Amino acid sequence: MSAALRCEKLVKKYGDVTAVDGLDLEVSAGECFGLLGPNGAGKTTTVEILEGLNEPTAGSVEVLGRRWRSDERALRQRLGVSLQETHLPDRLTVEENLRMFRSFYERGRPVDEVLDLVELRDKRSSWTERLSGGQKQRLAVGCALVSDPELLFLDEPTTGLDPQSRRQLWDVVLGFKARGRTVLLTTHYMDEAERLCDRVAVVDKGKVIALGTPPELIASLGGQQVVELATERPLSPEDLAGLASVRSSRRNADGVALTVEQLHVALPAILARADPFGLTRLSTHHATLEDVFVHLTGRHLRE
Amino acid sequence: MTAPPSSPSSARAGSPLWELTLARLRLFFREPGAVFWTFGFPLLLSIALGIAFRNRPADPSVVAVVSPELQSALAKDAVLRTRLLDEPAAREALRTGKVDLVVLAGPPIAYLFDPARPESRLARALADAALHPAGPPATVDKPVVEPGSRYIDFLIPGLIGMQLMSAGMWGIGYVIVEMRTKKLLKRLMATPMSRAQFLWSFVVMRALFLLLELPLLIGFGWIVFKVPVVGSMLLLLAVSLLGALAFAGIGLLVASRARNTQTVSGLINLVMLPMFVASGVFFSTARFPDTVQPVLRVLPLTALNDALRAVMIEGAGMASVAGQCALLAGTAAVTFVAALRLFRWG
Repeated sequence: MSAALRCEKLVKKYGDVTAVDGLDLEVSAGECFGLLGPNGAGKTTTVEILEGLNEPTAGSVEVLGRRWRSDERALRQRLGVSLQETHLPDRLTVEENLRMFRSFYERGRPVDEVLDLVELRDKRSSWTERLSGGQKQRLAVGCALVSDPELLFLDEPTTGLDPQSRRQLWDVVLGFKARGRTVLLTTHYMDEAERLCDRVAVVDKGKVIALGTPPELIASLGGQQVVELATERPLSPEDLAGLASVRSSRRNADGVALTVEQLHVALPAILARADPFGLTRLSTHHATLEDVFVHLTGRHLRE
Repeated sequence: MTAPPSSPSSARAGSPLWELTLARLRLFFREPGAVFWTFGFPLLLSIALGIAFRNRPADPSVVAVVSPELQSALAKDAVLRTRLLDEPAAREALRTGKVDLVVLAGPPIAYLFDPARPESRLARALADAALHPAGPPATVDKPVVEPGSRYIDFLIPGLIGMQLMSAGMWGIGYVIVEMRTKKLLKRLMATPMSRAQFLWSFVVMRALFLLLELPLLIGFGWIVFKVPVVGSMLLLLAVSLLGALAFAGIGLLVASRARNTQTVSGLINLVMLPMFVASGVFFSTARFPDTVQPVLRVLPLTALNDALRAVMIEGAGMASVAGQCALLAGTAAVTFVAALRLFRWG
């Protein structure tokens, strides 16, 4: 499959601060690609460089086989962009906003169709200021869809939304993807990345520190299960070393977290070792991208 | 959801310039505060100032007399008001300024008055004329009222100029910076929208607004204060258009770099306040010393006000306002190009 998006050795410096530090990406046409990382990891800077809104200090960017410097106007016709925060005019209606954005493109989808896509037909005559957070965000995505883009950029599309609004927005993205289009999204929600993305690049401090499909990344932990335990007397990861089916261990907030391949094999041994320390809590869950991030950086995504 | 393949025909939308202008007009008229400051405020200002500085009939001169005969003789003049007092009371009234003149019965008839008080000298002259009707050569009074000589006639063109300035500066400068702080400019930059068309939409909006602002103020001036337009209405429109464009350009320029609305508010006031005072909105620029006159003359608002007054009050033609028009057109062109160069889009 051809690359919809490619960047190599991308660097962006603001004075002494390096926001993006030699980042490589390749996104195939038709895939939904996620940049997952905590706030301040350089996701937004990266996306804005890819969107042609920000100049890199160094490195090369190719979008749909073209370069920003030479083909900006043609490229803009083929992209849809939703920025992290855009305050659309308060007192334009949903429909007026979409019509205005539609007028900038030579081709695209009729406004009525986009209203259906983002489930805002009922709200077409409402002023933007009277929309809920989720509706505003769907309108922002709608403004990015009026051009029927080949490539859609979404920067933290569901940050701050309630669960139902998030699911509605996910449906919009999945519907777009089902048409064979390409999506690049950033998020610091692991569940969002797992739900929407074919592949994920985990970004930290301006670098890609892991890349793969969500199952691949989780598998890289060596175990599908995570066991977390807390004890009365301090327990260190070394105290649990060498147990069968335990693939890794690390300290967490109030105890130890272990990645485990087979829960039924590991659990009896873990209990036996931990019992003398006075076990106060034990929980298990399926490993997630959050665990991958913690494993790689020792920090949580939301920190 | 299935959708037909996109095609230009299925979706040809309005022209971007028109859609952008439409959005500007909608946003303006949905903001009651903006509508008031643009349309209501200048009218209220003209009412208040028109009332405060209206031309009143002359105050009558008050004369104290000591005999009924004198009183009936002086009553022939309508602008003299007489009071019949005895002599000590009359002297007291003069001393305290309650009357302008005391006339004592003669012979000879005596006028008591303070020559240092203009109203006393006037009262004396009027009383004298009433007591000694003019002999030959016969004279006749011909009152002359110069058209456009009242304060309100001076004020209305000044208010039009002020209105064109502040609507341009706030309506463009402030609005654009607000769009920048709300990241809307950046969002628009992520579309293929033409930057020049974006800026043009503001200029078109100002030109369209002129068609509302100008008839409103001129119509109001005519209906309420009978302020005439002596010159050509078309020339007045052309001058106003150039003024609107000049201030649209300056509005774009102050908005081109500012990152927040506080900065742009400061810049707008910095540009406008000197012109409010020194460009002849409320009083003539002639009151400033000669040395600063060359500076005042090249201020855009001075040029605009001078040209508006020349056309409205004096009925000046194209040739006599050509200089001011050239200055306004030049301001518009230079500021627009500079704004396009300097503009911070991100």
